[in-house]
Amino acid sequence: MKQEATDGRSLPGNPSVKTTSRWSVSLVWIVPIVAVLVGISLVVHDRMQAGPVITINFKTGEGLTANKTEVKYRNVVIGHVSEVELSDDQKSVNATVKLEKQAESFTREDSVFWVVRPRIGAGGVSGIDTLLSGDFIGADIGKADKRTKTFIGKETPPPITYGEPGKRFMLHTQDLGSLDIGSPVYYRKIPVGQVVAYNLAPDGKSVDIEVFIQAPNDAFVTENTRFWNVSGIDVSAGANGFSVKTESLSAMLVGGIAFRAPAFSPGDKVAAEDKGFDLFDDEVTALAPPSGKPQFLVLRFDDPMRGLKVDAPVEFLGVEIGKVVSVNLDYDEKRQRFPVNVGIVIYPQRLGQAHQKMLEVLKHDPNDEEGGARIIGTFIEHGLRAQARSGNLLTGQLYIALDFFPKADKVAFDATERPLRIPTVPGSLEQLQERLQAMVDKFNKMPLDRISNNLDSSLMELNKSLVQFNGKTLPGVNTTLQDMRTTLQSTNSTLAEDSPQRERLRDTIEELTRTSRSLRELTNYLGRHPESLLRGRPKSALPPSLQPSSSD
Amino acid sequence: MNSPPFASELNLCLCHSCGLACDMTGHPHQCPRCNAPLHMRKANSLARTWAYMLAALVFYIPANVLPVMNTVMLGSGADSTIIGGVLEFWEHGAWDIALIIFIASIAVPGIKFVAITLLLVTAQRGSQWACRQRSKLYRFVELIGYWSMLDVIVVALVAALVKFQALGDIEPRAGILFFGLVVVCTMLSAMSFDPRLMWENRHSEEVMDEARSH
Repeated sequence: MKQEATDGRSLPGNPSVKTTSRWSVSLVWIVPIVAVLVGISLVVHDRMQAGPVITINFKTGEGLTANKTEVKYRNVVIGHVSEVELSDDQKSVNATVKLEKQAESFTREDSVFWVVRPRIGAGGVSGIDTLLSGDFIGADIGKADKRTKTFIGKETPPPITYGEPGKRFMLHTQDLGSLDIGSPVYYRKIPVGQVVAYNLAPDGKSVDIEVFIQAPNDAFVTENTRFWNVSGIDVSAGANGFSVKTESLSAMLVGGIAFRAPAFSPGDKVAAEDKGFDLFDDEVTALAPPSGKPQFLVLRFDDPMRGLKVDAPVEFLGVEIGKVVSVNLDYDEKRQRFPVNVGIVIYPQRLGQAHQKMLEVLKHDPNDEEGGARIIGTFIEHGLRAQARSGNLLTGQLYIALDFFPKADKVAFDATERPLRIPTVPGSLEQLQERLQAMVDKFNKMPLDRISNNLDSSLMELNKSLVQFNGKTLPGVNTTLQDMRTTLQSTNSTLAEDSPQRERLRDTIEELTRTSRSLRELTNYLGRHPESLLRGRPKSALPPSLQPSSSD
Repeated sequence: MNSPPFASELNLCLCHSCGLACDMTGHPHQCPRCNAPLHMRKANSLARTWAYMLAALVFYIPANVLPVMNTVMLGSGADSTIIGGVLEFWEHGAWDIALIIFIASIAVPGIKFVAITLLLVTAQRGSQWACRQRSKLYRFVELIGYWSMLDVIVVALVAALVKFQALGDIEPRAGILFFGLVVVCTMLSAMSFDPRLMWENRHSEEVMDEARSH
């Protein structure tokens, strides 16, 4: 009875109850079976979803929290930091990251991981959202086939991410200037790329800057392309006034690079990836024709070269062909003087056509150094001299002028000397100064004191004489003058129109006239009748003979 | 006979729904008053209890391993498991809240498993050991069953209330579903158990009397 009560199945003649209970048994046990199945499916799902576990080595664990910090690619979560711990040498931090299944390709060897933090950099402000959400690890997928589990985290985000198409180029320059990672690269003032990396050359003597030009603009970088720095503002004052040039406000603040191929560049090809270029200081030098092989020359000036600076231009007949590279003081034992050694570099190719024609005429090979020395030797024979000239009277800055001075003294030229030395002549201003100096010197040598003393005593004598003259001589002169006046007055009255003297004088003159006429008559008569001197005048013949016309 | 007779001895059966003592002579299947199915004991009690208990035990694992909710505060999201939440509160000095969550979410289901297993094993073996305490235990298990849903309710409330878009957002995660299933299964398990089974297998009335006299 008890047994029956306990178990419904044992009750006889009650099949429906039996059936129900049998079914209920199996049905109830479905619940734990389902539970187990769900559990198993969860485990399997988890296993399926589990991606690779990688370790990223960072310098600091700033912003990294275990189980919280996410790893994102294109702002999609691809994993979580599961653990943050110090590295074995305690110099860095190892973050263990559980990547998701589909992020498996992020284990490629050249994948990049970095911590995204708020940053204010050249390219602007980035990572602002992390101010609120906390830092996360940014990831960029690599291309290598090799897989790895450990990565070195970058401190700064790579400027080019997510496999952006484009090309990288290497620029060589003397110094970085104000460029930085993220500085824009302009092509015709349109930003087409940026600086992605820079580092010192292995010898430490130059800087290699890596720039990235985005596709499709990377095709504009050709073999002949010149790159130049457009950082800051370019203010130039020329004959046309002032001009201020800047690539953009951003370039003014964070620097920038521009590039362009010279207008005439035949046979230009698109540059290959990673090609090296020189980074010029400005557009003018960048686009100038190539300078060619430099030639180092030494000039020796006896005068002090105040105002001559390194980088001062060197002009040949007014054309800039080089620059000063060094200004050094030297000591001349023989003459006990301190001449100035000025090193200059000239680029003969900058002479342009003149250079080419000269090469043709002289059949000179540009690589032949001896030949070049000979040419310079001939030039010097013809009077080529270097002269320091004042480029700017206000600042006193000098430049070197190479010019022909046919009247210059002959100088022996040593063609074997290296570096070649070009004789110098004093500068035009120096010459003027020298002459002025000489004049002043002569002036200084004159016995001005003595002269002035003598002059002084002479003047005093003169003064005394003048006093004497005034006191004694002048009254005498005065009376003399009065006498003279009375004399003149009497003369005047004598010569007056109605004076008797004048009347008499007229009479006298008339008398004289008559006398001379009668004398003429006499001479005429005598001319015709010379016998009358002896015989006397015949009495009858007297009246007609007195008429000269009838006598003829 | 000191003890009152058993219902089975009197051929009576108590209706589970309305409590009517039905006469079982004609083997009626339904309560004459409320038409509820009549059983001398809860049908298949032990097996059902076992099944529900085991299912709860299986669900208990994901309920604790999987996160129960996801808190997004100012953009930074974090999943939290029950035990993780307890530890977090404990570390931040809120030991009281940590204790409440621990008791409600971890200790209570654990106690339930242990208690039900104990009841089941003893009932199956027909053990007469500490029947009174065991029935007290059973009532206790039934009582705390209601409170086990505390976690689920908290998560449901918080997830519904904290919706501040970018500032903060709380979302339930799969763990809370399994936790709810754990609670439901343990409650079903406790309901399926028939406490009368404890008293049934009396081998001797002396034992019973002894127990009663104590």
